[in-house]
Amino acid sequence: MLKIHCPYCQETREEEEFHYSGQAHIARPTDPESCSDEDWGNYLYFRKNPRGRHMEMWVHAAGCRKFFNVVRDTVTYEVEQTYLIGHVPAGST
Amino acid sequence: MSNNSYAIMEQQPSIKGLANTPLVNVVRGAIPGPNAVGIEEHDDVGHLVLRGDATLLASAVTEVLDLAFPDQPLSSCSRDKTCIRWISPDEWLVTVPGTETSSVESSLRDAIVGHVAIVNVSGGQTIVHLTGKHASDVLMKSTSYDVHELNFPTGKVITTTLAQAQVIIRRLDTDQFELVIRRSFADYIWSWLRDAATEFGVNG
Ligand SMILES: [Zn+2]
Repeated sequence: MLKIHCPYCQETREEEEFHYSGQAHIARPTDPESCSDEDWGNYLYFRKNPRGRHMEMWVHAAGCRKFFNVVRDTVTYEVEQTYLIGHVPAGST
Repeated sequence: MSNNSYAIMEQQPSIKGLANTPLVNVVRGAIPGPNAVGIEEHDDVGHLVLRGDATLLASAVTEVLDLAFPDQPLSSCSRDKTCIRWISPDEWLVTVPGTETSSVESSLRDAIVGHVAIVNVSGGQTIVHLTGKHASDVLMKSTSYDVHELNFPTGKVITTTLAQAQVIIRRLDTDQFELVIRRSFADYIWSWLRDAATEFGVNG
């Protein structure tokens, strides 16, 4: 079981309260009408699948029901940090 | 009345209508045991969900409910049978005596200015109190949350899982817990709690 810190409840809870919600920080093309098919395809369908540090979203489904960001290692499962939607991970520029 | 226009649905049963609690069909009654756990439904309660920015809600709540506003995560403020619980950064759950529900809802709507939502969810959930020396033992069998008093003091409110269902738990005292449960899971949770409390006994 993972223990995950919800940045909204400001508490660490058991994994069973959360659901994984896909890769984080996917920016929607600002002008979908004029972006290329490749850019749109990448936005819609192509996701990272790294071996190691991964930026992802989780939702505190059985708690406050808020989405937030998690940096997690896909090999060790270690959660490096969690932070609010709209923010960037600590230590990045 | 202010300039706001809104429709309030009076959910109190009329003389003609018969309203049953979600727990109308469950097994009740005592189970003998050394230190029986109290499992008691509180059905005559109005539930109002407030959604919106804390800055819009705080002063109106204080004015209408005569309560401080719980703006800190997992906190609550209560007075007699009125309580407001932090649920999420933009969501609070208010409970009031059942007969006051629509008047409190109207007063809140009149007092709040701005983009918020107030929803009467009284028909969708109910409240069960768990009391006694072994109340916390029953919870320890049922939820992954650490209910030790150091981690879960009186007045704290958490939303978590109880067995396979979602529940809002507030500690009322060392040996007293309030569970706000969903209507559709009410009989399941009731049966689970009675089963979990059987080894201690049940005051049903
Ligand atoms: Zn949370």
